[in-house]
Amino acid sequence: MGINKLLNRIEARLDATDEYEREPVPENKLKGWRAFLGMYAGEHTAGTEFVIGALFVAHGVSAVNLVLGLVVGNLLAVLSWAFLCAPVAVRTKLTLYWQLKKICGGNLAIIYNIVNAVMFCFLAGAMISVAATAVGLPFQIPMPGLDDWLPTSVGWIVTVFLVGTVITVVAIAGYDYVARFANISFPWMFLVFIAAALAVLPGLGVTSPSEFWTVAQERIWTGEPAPGLTQFTFWHVVFFSWFANMAMHIGMSDMSILRFAKKWQMGFSSAAGMFFGHFLAWMSSGILMAAAAGAVAPGLIAYNSAGVAGAICVVIAGWTTANPTIYRAGLAFQAVTPDWKRWKVTLFTGLVTTIIACFPALVMNLLDFVALYGLILMPMGAVILLDVIFFDKLNLVSNYAEKTGITFNWAAGLTWVLTLGLCLFINLYFGVEVFFLGLPGWFIAVLFYIVFSKLLQKKPESATQSV
Amino acid sequence: MNLILKLISFTGLVLTIFPAVLVFTGTLSFDMHTTLMLVGMLLWFGTAPFWMKEKKL
Repeated sequence: MGINKLLNRIEARLDATDEYEREPVPENKLKGWRAFLGMYAGEHTAGTEFVIGALFVAHGVSAVNLVLGLVVGNLLAVLSWAFLCAPVAVRTKLTLYWQLKKICGGNLAIIYNIVNAVMFCFLAGAMISVAATAVGLPFQIPMPGLDDWLPTSVGWIVTVFLVGTVITVVAIAGYDYVARFANISFPWMFLVFIAAALAVLPGLGVTSPSEFWTVAQERIWTGEPAPGLTQFTFWHVVFFSWFANMAMHIGMSDMSILRFAKKWQMGFSSAAGMFFGHFLAWMSSGILMAAAAGAVAPGLIAYNSAGVAGAICVVIAGWTTANPTIYRAGLAFQAVTPDWKRWKVTLFTGLVTTIIACFPALVMNLLDFVALYGLILMPMGAVILLDVIFFDKLNLVSNYAEKTGITFNWAAGLTWVLTLGLCLFINLYFGVEVFFLGLPGWFIAVLFYIVFSKLLQKKPESATQSV
Repeated sequence: MNLILKLISFTGLVLTIFPAVLVFTGTLSFDMHTTLMLVGMLLWFGTAPFWMKEKKL
């Protein structure tokens, strides 16, 4: 077969990929509990968990605050998925991006989609960086440390591009492949997290379960932050674990996932990600960091505790999260470039993400970035929730842009910008850290959107009920 | 055939977690633990894709 013919066949195969990005998911394509449990568990047992758990230790969280904070925060995250995101996703069966277009109009949706896609690229970039710390191990490539912001060597850049290429190719292959990859990897990956932590405990002085709590308080989560880092409290842990995925639940990005759900209760499947993933993985990575005497490169600490399997786990953990994140970013960019095929958009997204991944600053400041990214996208989540669920009850017009033909819904646009502006004001003048701004910010966004809609909406004569 | 594949996959998972338990109790060397984890990984990824076909989103 000639090379041109082969390329044409590949292009035809890729162009044929249709995952209902621009139309409601049909009934016969809806999925059951197992698909969502596997998806969430895989996605939230990720390469970045190796970093987040370690950064909690570096920020001096005490053992009591960590455990209690994670229980409360992760529970709040699950409830946010189940009671906010899932009902909207099941009702509309659309992606966030196309729902937003109906509400906000094409121009505002384009602005939002660009911001959203860039945020996803940064997030996926962090995961590629994490995977690269493991891939670079056999080649003895110097790993970035807490203070590194720029690429540390040519070898690091080459490694990142190698990892980014593979992840992008898998993402291009389609979402079924991504979910399948996560499903297969999760049971093994989860056990590696646990096994790695278990195997290094004797080195920390734990030889029986009864000794764990004492050692945890005295040698792992000591309550003493590393020099130059702020002290984290119970409330930091609660709000970080609640809002670490704020863009996904309160921000409604997971409409892209949960639109495949048969019923809204499937939003509770996020518990698999929060408690098997975040809770245990963050604790495990904290233990690994303490055992590695403060090293933060995930590949290195996993290799030290679980050998080659540990290093490969870091690579796979990075992939399973980067893949759906690049997919989501691709969806966001595609909404901006409707004439582009999905595979071309995903290829572009993967390239941008890989370039970002070369900069270790992202990983070393991951906690702040994760909090900021959720905060930036959150106001539009509030807009969508109100519009889809409550606007009829408030005697306001839902899907206002679609019904009136406007391309920029000022009520939504002002809500987004002024909410973030007010959050910035609270941060600068009251010293409230970024981790805590999401909660007041959400109520501010709700209030703004109702008030602005009351003031700015003109009832179209053909207004009908929402989707 | 599926049953055999599942048994091998399960063995792979056991080899991933159980050696770490033995390291914790002081009955297995750390080096053997890492070797067995590698074997467990190969068993898991060598067999699981063949029977974990139905779960996709």
